[in-house]
Amino acid sequence: MSLDLKYTYTEKKDTRSGFGDGFLEAGRRNPNVVGLCADLIGSLKMGDFQKEFPERFFQTGIAEANMIGLSAGLALGGKIPFAGTFANFATGRVYDQIRQSVAYSEKNVKICASHAGLTLGEDGATHQILEDLGMMKMLPNMTVINPCDYNQTKAATLAIAEYEGPVYLRFGRPSWPIFTPADQKFEIGKAWKMIDGKDVTIFATGHLVWEAVVAEAMLREEGIYAEVINIHTIKPLDEEAILESVKKTGCAVSAEEHQINGGLGDSIAQTLTRNHPAPLEYVGVNDSFGESGTPAQLLEKYGLNAENIVKAAKKALARK
Amino acid sequence: MEKQSIEQLQKIATQLRRDVLRMVHAVQSGHPGAPLGCAEFFVALYFDQLRHNTDFKMDGKGEDLFFLSNGHLSAGWYSVLARSGYFPVEELKTFRKLNSRLQGHPATEEHLPGVRIASGSLGQGLSVALGAAQAKKIDGDDKLVYVMMGDGELQEGQVWEAAMYAAHYGVDNLIATVDFNGQQIDGPTREIMGLRSLRDKFEAFGWEVMETPNGNDMESVLIGLEKAKNLTREGKPVMNLLHTEMGYGVDFMVGTHKWHGSPPNDEQLAKALAQLEETLGDY
Repeated sequence: MSLDLKYTYTEKKDTRSGFGDGFLEAGRRNPNVVGLCADLIGSLKMGDFQKEFPERFFQTGIAEANMIGLSAGLALGGKIPFAGTFANFATGRVYDQIRQSVAYSEKNVKICASHAGLTLGEDGATHQILEDLGMMKMLPNMTVINPCDYNQTKAATLAIAEYEGPVYLRFGRPSWPIFTPADQKFEIGKAWKMIDGKDVTIFATGHLVWEAVVAEAMLREEGIYAEVINIHTIKPLDEEAILESVKKTGCAVSAEEHQINGGLGDSIAQTLTRNHPAPLEYVGVNDSFGESGTPAQLLEKYGLNAENIVKAAKKALARK
Repeated sequence: MEKQSIEQLQKIATQLRRDVLRMVHAVQSGHPGAPLGCAEFFVALYFDQLRHNTDFKMDGKGEDLFFLSNGHLSAGWYSVLARSGYFPVEELKTFRKLNSRLQGHPATEEHLPGVRIASGSLGQGLSVALGAAQAKKIDGDDKLVYVMMGDGELQEGQVWEAAMYAAHYGVDNLIATVDFNGQQIDGPTREIMGLRSLRDKFEAFGWEVMETPNGNDMESVLIGLEKAKNLTREGKPVMNLLHTEMGYGVDFMVGTHKWHGSPPNDEQLAKALAQLEETLGDY
């Protein structure tokens, strides 16, 4: 059976490479862009920038708290620091440093977090952070972005270099379909309606946008027309786009590689509750840690793939 | 700013002590002990050493910068900022009150001139100062970055991450000062979590370490800061161990942790102010 997908791909690549290539390009465009990394330059794909701009790059060693403080200091001196490490060490480990020295102090620091979520894979739960979006979106002044593929991650990286203010940029490790255009314009805070529909809205972020595209085709085969909206910016949330869609479809599904508690779905639920109550089903991790396995195995076991989005959509439809 | 005599600087320090006590007394909250002990340092830095503009700009390009990592010394810092012209002295009376720019711990959200980063949660200031120092190096800016930390604060792990970084990168346009008063909120540091030899520790980390033996003597503090400045640009970060007494200047407050975070009552304030001459006029 081959699905009639509205978006297709010819190549797969990791989103972290989109970050690395965008970071290099941002460095070429603006001499104030500087980089920091806590002993994960290869994993974050920051090596090309380091090679081209060694005087603007700081290897900090395995010392994330210091890296965040250094970034705040560089930012107040007029630089645009991109601080990179794994999402786990970029958030939970340094929450107070981000809170006081970056968010509260309104510093133009870009926290660049790779290997987020279950798709980190075999390294297991110690490294698979599923709480980072929640922690970061709770911080006043913080912008939170979770792009879906290589091209969108590259575009987002270039966009945050031009935006003044603290940003949390989340991306991942696995090779993933490239299904969005290379020349896309990335607008922070502006949701992207990728597929028009009328029966149910699927709000997805990060890797699960691809799963939502697949789910849409599966639902269409059964005569259910889903709208697919790519919420690359978790905060500020595009409430207008969310409400416009749900007013039309009457029910929704949120899909994210994150805890249900505190994630994108929670933000959407707040928006709906205040403005337009409607059934909402959550595709996310339900109050548990991850484990070792391949990305595909983990997404299946924890219910984060297209099949589960289809199930959730039908459940939401039944509650209309 | 015109160079002031040691006597003049001492008068400002005495007024700073009055400001601190009156500020914490007015709201019955805050931390009087450590800023009393750092009065000479604050005044020597802002009225003699720093090459700075009171026309405040966040990026501080072309200026010496100061970061207060132990943010609970805010009353003392606010006083010296106001007295040196960053904002009106009258504003000191808003300290810790609703809608004030003078938050309990320093913050930037209210745009108080002189403050470049929030501090209060300890251990973060050295990292921030290092970042600012690195920015100056990238820009070819020949000015210096100063940071003050408490001795108890050195129990935070981040300080040692930063200490390692500073030496590894040879951040030699930075002067860190430790307010070495041997006290912290729960008691003497040697009882709470012994620091052992700070000189040995920082030397082992690759720093140039010097001491200011009497941090409550204006001349000693000035000599110390001058010496620290002369040690910069030699490939190593500079550590100034500033020996002070918490609560210095008021006989019943000196040398104890008891006034770390406790305000004086009316009677205690009167008794303390009687020991400190009003040299520049109270706010």
